[in-house]
Amino acid sequence: MHNLNPEDFSCPLPIMEYETIQLAHGSGGRLSAELVSRFFLPRFGNETLNRLEDQAVVDFPQGRLALTTDSFVVDPLFFPGGDIGDLAINGTVNDVCMSGAMPLYLAVAFIIEEGLPLVTLHRVLLSMEKAARTAGVQIVTGDTKVVNRGCCDKLFITTTGVGRVPDGVNISAANLKIGDRIILSGTIADHGMAILTSREGLSFASRVQSDTAALNGLVAQMLLASPHIHAMRDPTRGGLATTLNEFAASSHVGVLLEEAAIPVRPEVRGACEVLGIDPMYVANEGKLVAVVPAEVADQVVAAMRSHHLGQEAVIIGEVVAENPGLVAMRTALGAHRIIDMPVGEQLPRIC
Amino acid sequence: MKFVDEYRDPALAGRLLEEIRHTATRPWVIMEICGGHTHAIMKNGLDQLLPAQVELVHGPGCPVCVTPVETIDRAVAIAARPEVIFASFGDMLRVPGSSSSLFMAKSAGADVRMVYSPLEAVALARQNPEREVVFLAVGFETTAPGNAMALLQARREGLTNFSLLASHVLVPPAIRALLSSPSNRVQGYLAPGHVCTIMGWQEYEPLAEEFRVPMVPTGFEPVDILAGLLMVLRQLEAGRHVVENQYGRSVSREGNLAAQRIMLEVFAVSDRAWRGIGVLSASGLVIRDHFAAYDAERKFAVETINVRESELCKSGSVLQGLIKPDDCPAFGRECTPEHPLGATMVSGEGACAAYYKYYRTRHA
Amino acid sequence: MCLAIPGKVVEIFQENGLLMGHVDYSGTVNKICLEYVAEIVVGQYTVVHAGFALSVLDEEEARQSFATWQELIQAVAAQGTDIFGNPLEK
Repeated sequence: MHNLNPEDFSCPLPIMEYETIQLAHGSGGRLSAELVSRFFLPRFGNETLNRLEDQAVVDFPQGRLALTTDSFVVDPLFFPGGDIGDLAINGTVNDVCMSGAMPLYLAVAFIIEEGLPLVTLHRVLLSMEKAARTAGVQIVTGDTKVVNRGCCDKLFITTTGVGRVPDGVNISAANLKIGDRIILSGTIADHGMAILTSREGLSFASRVQSDTAALNGLVAQMLLASPHIHAMRDPTRGGLATTLNEFAASSHVGVLLEEAAIPVRPEVRGACEVLGIDPMYVANEGKLVAVVPAEVADQVVAAMRSHHLGQEAVIIGEVVAENPGLVAMRTALGAHRIIDMPVGEQLPRIC
Repeated sequence: MKFVDEYRDPALAGRLLEEIRHTATRPWVIMEICGGHTHAIMKNGLDQLLPAQVELVHGPGCPVCVTPVETIDRAVAIAARPEVIFASFGDMLRVPGSSSSLFMAKSAGADVRMVYSPLEAVALARQNPEREVVFLAVGFETTAPGNAMALLQARREGLTNFSLLASHVLVPPAIRALLSSPSNRVQGYLAPGHVCTIMGWQEYEPLAEEFRVPMVPTGFEPVDILAGLLMVLRQLEAGRHVVENQYGRSVSREGNLAAQRIMLEVFAVSDRAWRGIGVLSASGLVIRDHFAAYDAERKFAVETINVRESELCKSGSVLQGLIKPDDCPAFGRECTPEHPLGATMVSGEGACAAYYKYYRTRHA
Repeated sequence: MCLAIPGKVVEIFQENGLLMGHVDYSGTVNKICLEYVAEIVVGQYTVVHAGFALSVLDEEEARQSFATWQELIQAVAAQGTDIFGNPLEK
């Protein structure tokens, strides 16, 4: 059932001939035009998009361009703390801003399974509108395709984003230097466990909330504190462990973490323990990990903590010369273990 | 988390380690039979912190690792039938059979579902009356009672479209086989805390007596494991060999009688093949004839299964504690978690996977 | 071999003829079969494996074994060093 919320009242579902998406909604004919004019434009409309050209023509400032694209497929479409809509906006905004760039424009493509209730699509669009407004980006062009039932799972969204990289900022996974500090913006594993505990077959009556959020405001604060950020990524699929392994491999250095320093929410830890899942490998959608020179680490952490998405920012380790290409962790008991790349998706286990 | 955090206290663990150092005056070999212990030891790096006199040997207590290739092949063949929804714990999905795994079967079109509880598989049968739901019921004595309950529940609800592909193993016969082996080096055992929660510890008493080996049912947090090791070491140093219970908050001498009763109502003890080890007498559980209608092996005839296993893989020796995973020539070369030759490299609890995951620096 | 985690029983009910309950692990709750621990009451802790409660955790026993360890700690602390041979902090 569709949960009622105040936003649905302020933005009522447009009246359409059909209650569900038909193949004709993607045909380019009258129904397509109706979908665009009644559903998409009221949510995303701006001067550029409203022209309904085949492409967006926009002003672009001088300097270096950051460009990224990402596809979003998530089951269920709606999960505690978010949905595919805000995920699709935030994910691409974050990928742009991990270069230090401020995201400016997004392109959005929808692949919709025939039969999707229009009320579901409307709910996703409302969520995208809100996320784009929060992140301060404009959706300037887009596309919609409808496929036969069974040819996609309800709704897939692809977003493409561009932004401008400020002068003097040079952020890359290959930039880690020995002695650098590793900063994490907050708790890990929230998003992945929100999805997993929402799945059928796992018996959860859960309280885990996704952390999906746009991080461009936090990144702006960090760059104000110091433009000398060496590396930065949002640890999505594969979790913190995968991102740090990518850093270590690209820079040919070792990474040494303090297990006790890495924050995990109690309910997320509880869910991880029950399913036998290591939070280091679980996806995040509103967190970043940054590698900065030791001498600016404290001021970057302080800047992060002044932003609401970085209140729990913490130094979790450092870049070392030992074991180049590998990530090691000092356990709470003082031993060391390797934090490897995951083989595949982590699965709940009984043993 | 209550009953977890206090057993991870670094200060308490440190003091227990200090006491272990004082207690062990000469070399001792102790086996943790349970893969859960192996996993916790590796994850916390406990073996790095123990004194050199205390050598830990990893045992075969991982149901994923000892499930015969033939069972995996049979599971894949049944899963491929169009009418079947094949349900399994997440652990078993990646385990390689002769030529395929359940994950590979899924990508080839089989309807394979992951469940957390065997009762979720019963729910699938209830919701899909036109389909046949088969649940891959693996596990030790800890898991078998839940799987038995699922079968009884399906019968109670009159569900005729539910069956178990059962492959259960028992711990004490494996310990007996290991201790009877001429190449045995193990002098003390951490007994499996959750198996003993169900079965109690009385069936370990004859083993401790006959083989003059101390046995300590032990919990799974670092403080539990260190306390269990200390209890084994104190017995070894004093020349004693009895069952002493470290995990008293969960384990009693007689165990969970209700769970034992249901388990033995549904399953009968039988000889059983362990992957990498061979057939051990009276070491497994099979579905009683009375419940044949719920036995997937009898319900779905699978024609020919040609079992093929890697000749390079030494997982049998690893499972028996005869060699360490990194003594195997294929370790980290032909055999990695991405391309496992044996199940010990697949399961999170498998000794080879645990070594690969946590200790690759030794080879780096 | 068997991953089992302690949690607190917060609700007990019947479902499809089985004794079931909700178990809380520091904020995450799932549905568990309580048939093997029929004597359990709300507020008690149980060890959960693959959707089944295996035992009612014995709080008194846990308290006592901690007391034993505490004595052990004090005995070791009396020697004045930690595991790395460093003097203990006061």
